[in-house]
Amino acid sequence: MIKNPKFWISAVALALIHLAVIGAAFFAPRDPTEQNRDFSMAPPTRIHFFDSRGQFHFRPFVCPGAVEGRRIGPSGYVEDCSNPSPVRFLVSRQTIRNGNTLKASWHLFGVDRPAQIFLMGTDDYGRDLFSRLLYGGQTSLGAGLLAAGFSLTLGLLLGCVAGYFGSWADDVIMRGAELFMALPWIYLLFAVRAFLPLHLDAREAFLLLISVIGLTGWARPARLIRGVVLSARQRGYVLAARGFGASSASIMRRHILPEVSSVALTQAALLVPQYILAEVTFSFLGLGVGEPEPSWGNMLASLQTYSVLEGHWWMFASGLALVPIFLLFYSFADSLLGRFQLLDVYR
Amino acid sequence: MKYRLKFGLYILILGSLLPFASSASAPQASRSDEDVLVTSGDIGRRGGHLLASLHSDPKTLNPVTALDVPSKQVIGLLGADLIHIDAYTQHTEAALAKSWKASGAGTHYTLDLRHGVRFSDGHPFDADDVVFSFKVYQDEKVHSPQRDLLEVAGKPIQVRKSGPYQVDFELPQPYAAAERLFDSVRILPRHLLERAYEEGKISEVWGTASDPSQIAGLGPFRLKQYVPGQQIVLERNPFYWKADKAGNRLPYLDEIAFLIVPTADAEVIRFQAGDVDVISRVSADNYATLEQGQRARDYQLYDAGPGLEYNFLVFNLNDLSSKHLPDIGRKQEWFRRVEFRQAVSAAIDRESIVRLVYQGRATPLWDQVTPGNKLWMNAATPQPPRSLAKAADLLRSAGFTRREDGVLVDAHGQPVEFSILTNPSNAQRTKIATIIQDDLAQLGMQVRIVPLEFQAVMARIFDSYDYEASVLGLVSGDADPNPEINVWTSGGATHVWALSETLPLPGWQTEINRLMREQTTILDYRKRKEAYDRVQELVAQFDPVVCVVSPHVLVAAKNTVGGFKPAVMGDYALWNADRLFRIDILRKR
Repeated sequence: MIKNPKFWISAVALALIHLAVIGAAFFAPRDPTEQNRDFSMAPPTRIHFFDSRGQFHFRPFVCPGAVEGRRIGPSGYVEDCSNPSPVRFLVSRQTIRNGNTLKASWHLFGVDRPAQIFLMGTDDYGRDLFSRLLYGGQTSLGAGLLAAGFSLTLGLLLGCVAGYFGSWADDVIMRGAELFMALPWIYLLFAVRAFLPLHLDAREAFLLLISVIGLTGWARPARLIRGVVLSARQRGYVLAARGFGASSASIMRRHILPEVSSVALTQAALLVPQYILAEVTFSFLGLGVGEPEPSWGNMLASLQTYSVLEGHWWMFASGLALVPIFLLFYSFADSLLGRFQLLDVYR
Repeated sequence: MKYRLKFGLYILILGSLLPFASSASAPQASRSDEDVLVTSGDIGRRGGHLLASLHSDPKTLNPVTALDVPSKQVIGLLGADLIHIDAYTQHTEAALAKSWKASGAGTHYTLDLRHGVRFSDGHPFDADDVVFSFKVYQDEKVHSPQRDLLEVAGKPIQVRKSGPYQVDFELPQPYAAAERLFDSVRILPRHLLERAYEEGKISEVWGTASDPSQIAGLGPFRLKQYVPGQQIVLERNPFYWKADKAGNRLPYLDEIAFLIVPTADAEVIRFQAGDVDVISRVSADNYATLEQGQRARDYQLYDAGPGLEYNFLVFNLNDLSSKHLPDIGRKQEWFRRVEFRQAVSAAIDRESIVRLVYQGRATPLWDQVTPGNKLWMNAATPQPPRSLAKAADLLRSAGFTRREDGVLVDAHGQPVEFSILTNPSNAQRTKIATIIQDDLAQLGMQVRIVPLEFQAVMARIFDSYDYEASVLGLVSGDADPNPEINVWTSGGATHVWALSETLPLPGWQTEINRLMREQTTILDYRKRKEAYDRVQELVAQFDPVVCVVSPHVLVAAKNTVGGFKPAVMGDYALWNADRLFRIDILRKR
């Protein structure tokens, strides 16, 4: 049992974040692709507790917003508090996707029309950034986790083979690993994308991303695991097992893998944020999941424009979301390192 | 005229400023034998300099070979033409030719040249320079981009000197826009270039590394200094042949310097910092950003209204029989249905595009001629508002139905899905595509946006035809319909949707071909307009491409720039550079 509070705090916080992302359909008030063209680049909706007479209300409320003139941006929206709309919790509401109204589903919160609630504001097309952040997390965090799983499995397999059997297998695998470490990821993805057919739906693009990130990323964990296996196979109990006639498979399973698992787990905690960042980078460059499906990378893409960068601070939301997530993952990995006393392996 | 496919691919390089020394050229006294052109407009004051910007280094200063926009922008100030199109009025006006007359049913033109005009190196100009210039531009071996423009009905125009200051032009057949042919054909100094031409080296002269003293023209400015990657400085041409109403020799400015500022965003930042005096092209987003600082920073933004640029959604209607693209071939069955394209047009929310992409600074379009083209726009073209019901009816009449899950399927039960190619470096076109994607989703069409690098998009559209749809923009260099022949007649170099067309042409395309060819020879403006009006009607009705929007020409200039009058064609901000002046100099004195 791990007693380190850092471990528990980061583990619980990460679990909550992932829960919110997995349950985006419930936590997000809208479909991430629904455009509200009258509310382009609307700033975050203000949540009020005090009305115009200064009276306090337990139930928060919002004021319907409207565009002033044709100016767009924070100064272009005005609140009309003459007809406030209370924030309702656990509401059943229909969402709109691709112009089709979907069946009503339960949402954590919402407001009655014509009022709108955009907790984090909207983008160019009036899409709710909070909903896009949660749904986009499914892509970005999902890609990070899956790609880490993929590259770790490969790394574990190849690292074990190289470390345990040594000889030419070790040489081939380790030289291969060096080759992969020298590959420029981004250019590789550009090249791969150019060879693929134009039609890639969001799911295919997502799988492509994971495969490229996972395939190019196995080398580091493989080298690390090979080192651990190399030292483990010289241990007395392994030599004894071999002396008693245990098969390689059985030695691997019973003696080596338990040694390696802690390293693999810690590696995973370190790789996930790296791969989340890789997904964000690719989508930012337009190589990942395409519009209108959200990902934290393509949400950041509009910041390439000076006017957005200068006047619409809420568009930074998905970039800022990465900061606590990275800190939590690293703190989680750190506490794992301490727990398994692996610091030496990484030094 | 040439078309620019505008995707706005820029690279960031920051130039630095060199200190400006005021020009030492003394004002030239007007000689009695000199035909000076007296211009109307504000009377300015001599002196000072203006800082403008270019998005990349000019590739050459040679008007014979220049193709890229920065080169043309600089060369436009170094040279002059015989008859010029006024970018503001869009009419032709006298330039180096002080007068001209047509005879022989519009096939023969006699141009009388100005007397006493000198090149910027002081050498006199006469008819020999004109004959030499046309000889160079029309020479097949030189490969000048102007060569095609100096042909009428596939045959070159004959040029003959009929006096020291008189030149005759013989056209193979009557040509409606004959006067406009002379615009932008910069007259070359024979005394400097004849030897290079005879040695077959004319394309190599006047590169960017040339000595400024070896470059001469008849424009308001001449080259002073060029620092690659940083700036290009032009100084006042003391021999320029225009004067203002008060008899002051133009141009007013001593210098114009172009800083190389490779992105539009960097340009805006440098403008805000005061490093640049004018921006020829401000994006709608940046316009909104700049609006806030207008008073505090003493500059003015100008919305000159719709320009000549039109953006459209194009479907691949090329004949793909020689290519192995079965998937696209199958989808072409939809794209070729007029009802399908009409339905797409009816479903596109142009008003939203204007509002969300251009912040209101654009005009929705249903055909190719924008309201910025005052002489040729057909105001009677129907402009139906967005109607999903009408779109659904059209699709139903063409055999498309919606499945229970809302997906639109064709008569064979195939779901209607296609991709739109965009170039992510052009944020506005990508946004247009995203709005269209959402609009068409409401009809049950599944549209995917494929961002590809600019050259890859061009290669697919012009060479491999491996695309389904794309959002493109074209901008004509002239308001006249003639340059549009390349776009709208089958076989034209910019007939983007069907560059290879071997199939039988639809009736409307045959009619467009006929009308476009006919209008080139009709000399009466009203009759020509009738023909071109009909072309616009056909485009709006049959949607060979779905015209969507025309962005406004947005320009910014400091309040210290006098005589500033942005136009919607040519160089939007500096088309009248010879009449621009510094107000701060006026105040000081």
